[in-house]
Amino acid sequence: MIISEQKPKEELLPALEGKGRLFLIGCAACATACKAGGEEEVFRMQEWLQSIGKEIAGSMIIDEACHIMRAARDLRAHRTQVEEADALLVLACGAGIQSISAGSEKRVIGALNSLFLGNIRRFGQFEEKCSLCGECILNETAGICPVTTCAKGLLNGPCGGMEDGRCEADRDIDCAWHLIYERLKRQQRPGVFARIVPAKNWGKLRKPGRHKI
Amino acid sequence: MSRLSEALAAGEFVITAEVAPPKGANPGDALAKGAAMPPSVTAVNVTDNQGANMRMTPLAVAALLARQGVEPILQLTCRDRNRMALQSDLLGAAALGVENLLLLSGDHARFGDHPQARAVFDLDSVQLLQAVDRLRGGHDLAGRPLTAVPHFFAGAAVTPEAEPFELMFQKFGKKVQAGAQFFQTQAVFDADKLARFMAAARPLGVPVILGVLLLKSARMARFLHANIPGVRVPESVIGRLEDAADPLREGQAIAREMVAHARALCQGVHLMTLGQEEKISEIIAADG
Repeated sequence: MIISEQKPKEELLPALEGKGRLFLIGCAACATACKAGGEEEVFRMQEWLQSIGKEIAGSMIIDEACHIMRAARDLRAHRTQVEEADALLVLACGAGIQSISAGSEKRVIGALNSLFLGNIRRFGQFEEKCSLCGECILNETAGICPVTTCAKGLLNGPCGGMEDGRCEADRDIDCAWHLIYERLKRQQRPGVFARIVPAKNWGKLRKPGRHKI
Repeated sequence: MSRLSEALAAGEFVITAEVAPPKGANPGDALAKGAAMPPSVTAVNVTDNQGANMRMTPLAVAALLARQGVEPILQLTCRDRNRMALQSDLLGAAALGVENLLLLSGDHARFGDHPQARAVFDLDSVQLLQAVDRLRGGHDLAGRPLTAVPHFFAGAAVTPEAEPFELMFQKFGKKVQAGAQFFQTQAVFDADKLARFMAAARPLGVPVILGVLLLKSARMARFLHANIPGVRVPESVIGRLEDAADPLREGQAIAREMVAHARALCQGVHLMTLGQEEKISEIIAADG
């Protein structure tokens, strides 16, 4: 899921300047699970906005804000309230924010920072394991992604900064290549160590991001 | 043919040293340091934003050193340049008479003076060696032909003491396979671990130049041990510096011992004297 967190209020304040009446939009999917843009957070945001003298035109929680057509449909369903608002404050990931800005001519203000594609360890604890790089090497690396979990995204083994199997960039975490090496050894196969991995095709992430599948 | 490649091919014990480009637009001090190296120093590494601290491009300093007759080893890291920038700098290096290369992944930007920089790592050090090999073969990484083919002597780095040993060594093997023609090692202070590494590395037939770092005090040794990736200073060495009346002198003695080990086991030494370049002659003087 997309891990997000609320922007600090001081970062939000300048964006809200001159916008007296706001319509709030949350997302029932990832932003709810991250406790960044669910019903509860929308309610608390509403309270804070009122405490600084803003009016609330209304609010809604979209099932999946990243669904462009559904977001547009939900906006239409709240047309009157949306029309009354000076701006739409969106508590969703960057994809969700853009579904809204695509479906309305109103000024859209994003209230969250989107951090990464994350796995959930337990509630409120997320780990980044995949970078959506478009060229998956997991079958050769014993199911551990070096693109994401090696601090330098190296593809041919550890850097010279590995010490006792620990990462140069953070001695508190294991070197990704050490984990890959140990697991491949347990599986008794050479995996990625059997070949030189050539330069990666980053063209699969070509901008502008208009991927169609 | 660079003097470094000729000396290694002839089986000479080579000595390399290093200079860091300035944090500023005047290369004078770095060039003076390069020029003041004793004649026994075959080539001088020019570091590339070392420790992820932004400085003058080593390409400029290496080219200026070459112009004044000091043979440079251009260090290039994958941290700050994508494959296009790396290849174009390599062609530029060839045009400026820079032949020796040391191709590195690069320290993580987190520890440098621009921690908010976006790290590139479009290639890793093995792939950068492959890129150099491609250029030498007359093509770029995209397979396009070059109008003139550069000549390079491509080096790579290794941390002989790294654990787990087999994991470090598989990468060493990949670098050899990718075209590394010589290695310069991270600073080593443990002769047993050096011997273990060289026993494994020797059959691969690529010259290894041992990194020898001049320790000036116990405090500095502790700092390097804790903060420089890949540098381990054993407690016994720190103890010697602590007990010494003249720690710099003791540091020189320690460096001389490592040079002696290198003479027995390796094909050269790379001296990291960190501002004490005038001690180089003393450190490499034959044991007496």
